[in-house]
Amino acid sequence: MNHDDPTPGRLGMFRPTRRQFVSGLATGGVALGFGLARLPASAGTPARRGGAALVTGTDFALNIGAMPVDITGRTRPAITVNNSLPAPTLRWREGDTVTVRVSNRLRDMTSIHWHGILLPSNMDGVPGLSFNGIAPGETFQYRFQVKQSGTYWYHSHSMFQEQAGLYGALVIDPRDPPPYHHDREHVVLLSDWTDLEPAALYRRMKKMPEHDNYYQRTLVDFVRDAKRDGLAETIEDRGMWGRMRMTPTDISDINAHTYTYLVNGAAPAGNWTGLFKPGEKVLLRFINGSAMTYFDVRIPGLKMTVVAADGQYIHPVSVDEFRIAVAETFDVLVEPTGQDAFTIFAQDMGRTGYARGTLAVRDGLEAPIPSRDPRPLLTMADMGHDMGGHGAAKGMEGGCGAMMGEGGCGANMGTMDHGAHGATSNAPNHPASETGNPLVDMQSSASDPKLDDPGIGLRGNGRQVLTYGAMRSLFDDPDGREPGRTVELHLTGHMEKFAWSFDGIPFASADPLRLKYGERLRIVLVNDTMMQHPIHLHGVWSDLEGADGGFQLRKHTIDMPPGTRRSYRVRADALGRWAFHCHLLYHMEAGMMREVRIEA
Amino acid sequence: MKTLLPTPLRLACAVTLLAAINAPAFAQHHDHAQHAPPADEPAAKQDAHAHNAQHDHAAMSTPREPVPSVTAEDLAAAFPDIDHHAMQHAPAFNHKVTFNRLEAWDADDGTGQAWEGSAWFGTDTDRLWLRSEGERTGGHTESSELEVLYGRSVSPWWDVVAGVKQDFKPGDARTWAAVGVQGMAPYRFEVSATAYVGEGGQVAANVEAEYTLRITNRLILQPLVEIDLAARDDIDYGIASGFTSIETGLRLRYEVTRRFAPYVGVVHERALGDTADLKRSAGEPTRDTRIVAGIRIWF
Repeated sequence: MNHDDPTPGRLGMFRPTRRQFVSGLATGGVALGFGLARLPASAGTPARRGGAALVTGTDFALNIGAMPVDITGRTRPAITVNNSLPAPTLRWREGDTVTVRVSNRLRDMTSIHWHGILLPSNMDGVPGLSFNGIAPGETFQYRFQVKQSGTYWYHSHSMFQEQAGLYGALVIDPRDPPPYHHDREHVVLLSDWTDLEPAALYRRMKKMPEHDNYYQRTLVDFVRDAKRDGLAETIEDRGMWGRMRMTPTDISDINAHTYTYLVNGAAPAGNWTGLFKPGEKVLLRFINGSAMTYFDVRIPGLKMTVVAADGQYIHPVSVDEFRIAVAETFDVLVEPTGQDAFTIFAQDMGRTGYARGTLAVRDGLEAPIPSRDPRPLLTMADMGHDMGGHGAAKGMEGGCGAMMGEGGCGANMGTMDHGAHGATSNAPNHPASETGNPLVDMQSSASDPKLDDPGIGLRGNGRQVLTYGAMRSLFDDPDGREPGRTVELHLTGHMEKFAWSFDGIPFASADPLRLKYGERLRIVLVNDTMMQHPIHLHGVWSDLEGADGGFQLRKHTIDMPPGTRRSYRVRADALGRWAFHCHLLYHMEAGMMREVRIEA
Repeated sequence: MKTLLPTPLRLACAVTLLAAINAPAFAQHHDHAQHAPPADEPAAKQDAHAHNAQHDHAAMSTPREPVPSVTAEDLAAAFPDIDHHAMQHAPAFNHKVTFNRLEAWDADDGTGQAWEGSAWFGTDTDRLWLRSEGERTGGHTESSELEVLYGRSVSPWWDVVAGVKQDFKPGDARTWAAVGVQGMAPYRFEVSATAYVGEGGQVAANVEAEYTLRITNRLILQPLVEIDLAARDDIDYGIASGFTSIETGLRLRYEVTRRFAPYVGVVHERALGDTADLKRSAGEPTRDTRIVAGIRIWF
């Protein structure tokens, strides 16, 4: 491994004079604020745009503070750690006991949660569940033994601080060598940035949830579709959506009309660059540290071999593209050669913008940036409404032709067989709390995990796209027991009210979900909304079940596309009170959260 | 839309489910010796699991990785003595103020202005609503009213509202008790219907429907219909029982931003039935068509 390690050992971390924010670096809308930032994993290149400092060892001091940043050309307040956005990349070693002293220099309470890390509940960093939070002026000491390895991240669990910049990468070196070889590595931390104050953005979502949806179907689209599909069919299609009072262009709540998408803190124009030498095997540690954004990631010209998901080794899968849900991580091997530069292209799921970085043999190089894919439209099948005959084939806005830049138009379109899954159907039993509930605007008849579905906007694009079905943990079920019971929870919401919940009950009025220490249980999630939700359970693993019902993939965050029913196994081997929530920050804050209490 | 399956379909699904689960390809490994089926699992599933016990080859009663036993120290770390209200939450109370119409026109009888707006304050299900509309011509207020209502969501799409309406004009100020519904009808029509009972026992009603027709995502046509009814003659105010008036409007706005949209429109208003006769006999016009220009804003 080859990573830049400026100050190994104790409390070394930062040279504050080098890390002060310099305003006015962004010129002509060129976006980035951290001109003096040190890149995480490129030896010998101390001063380049974008990237967070790397700190290694067992003792860390993190200072959370407020400072202005300039991402978009406007200087806006942000929350930083050791004057850095994103927060410094922490590098731990499996088996070590780490100590992290977190000092709060904000005027508000703060916290740091170690996402996906197994630790005692009082170290988990969720105010009100694991501790009291960190008061202004106070220092809280986290101390625990590191029991795992891989790529993770950390972020604030207080209000909207994560959106304001309080997130960073966490890399844990394994005790034993990894099951693959690599010569060099880079962290690729994707995120979304807004110039708005995050709380104001939340208030805006409450007033007008469709604010960013400038892609609703119009009279112009109606005329076009009527010509293409016939008037009767077009009216019927519009009627179906109209009767539901919904719109098929609701792919994401907040998009590039509000957000600027970042790679390691650098906007597209800032072009974060990771170096390689031709022929090297480069490990890219992708982390989606966004508040609200799913990314579809590819590196044109390179095959990517996915070797780990959520920090855990998987059987290698070779792909052209992967969708990374909020809070997920994927470790990816690439072998760049034959070109001096390759673009890391991460378009948002709604195709409104992109994050971009470059792999290059030296600084200052660029490769072409692909155009965004056509915007997808949700179909009734996507939402778990089996209407027969209205499959995915019509899901591509604008149809085929010029917009389909890559791959054969229609080659695989409509192959998602939504009509034929009756054989494995589990007709959902909706919880009684959904019935007549003003906060539940939809129920789906989702019966299928759709593990092999590349997802909305990725089907039939001519590229090999990663799916959950293609990933298998490199190890057997570490627990081995069958779940002793099943808990089914439905993801619910109301688009117009921007209200989100489990089973129609928002966090504020929900009882904890109680688990018995040591038990193994199955959690079944059914998505009764038209949005996609990454569901994260703190403290324990979420072991995704495969199509055969067995252990398939160890994760900490389970992505739940609309119209899916997915199940995973949980071994309740961590006592305490844990958060269980949608990792879309504003969905969590709007109520899609539960407490899971594991009791002796 | 509630996509609840009709009973026959549900039965069909249950049968399919049974067949599917019994198929070896879908065999679930269940250890029934150790784990009694939980009570909350549907009977069909339990049955299926019993059938599958014979396929059980991977199930274990004890975990491969032993679950560590709990020490007193573990317990203390797991349930520390903390402030359980330390979690901060996004505000449950929110608000929105919308001026749907702030417009002016120039007609033979002078210039006029009109407003129509609403505001809500509250939670997702319980809100205080303010609704107001009014009209001025030639520099004095022709009509002006304000409603203060409590609204409660009774279904995903409908709120029941109740409160008071104050008419400041025309004539002397009058207070009404108000009760109604408002919400979004299928096909995304925004609808409100309110009944009013006045101090003198007058009963009136108002029904309004509005639609958003996108020509593009910024150029938006907003048709509107508003109908007024009265149950009793109210001659002092020029109202006769029955349908009293209808207003239709067609406004074309351009959303410069979501919050700020100038528009132009045409409004047609006419008195109906006996109310029209009253106006005619008073020598007042019963119809009015005007071209308006205005802005729509919210915050």
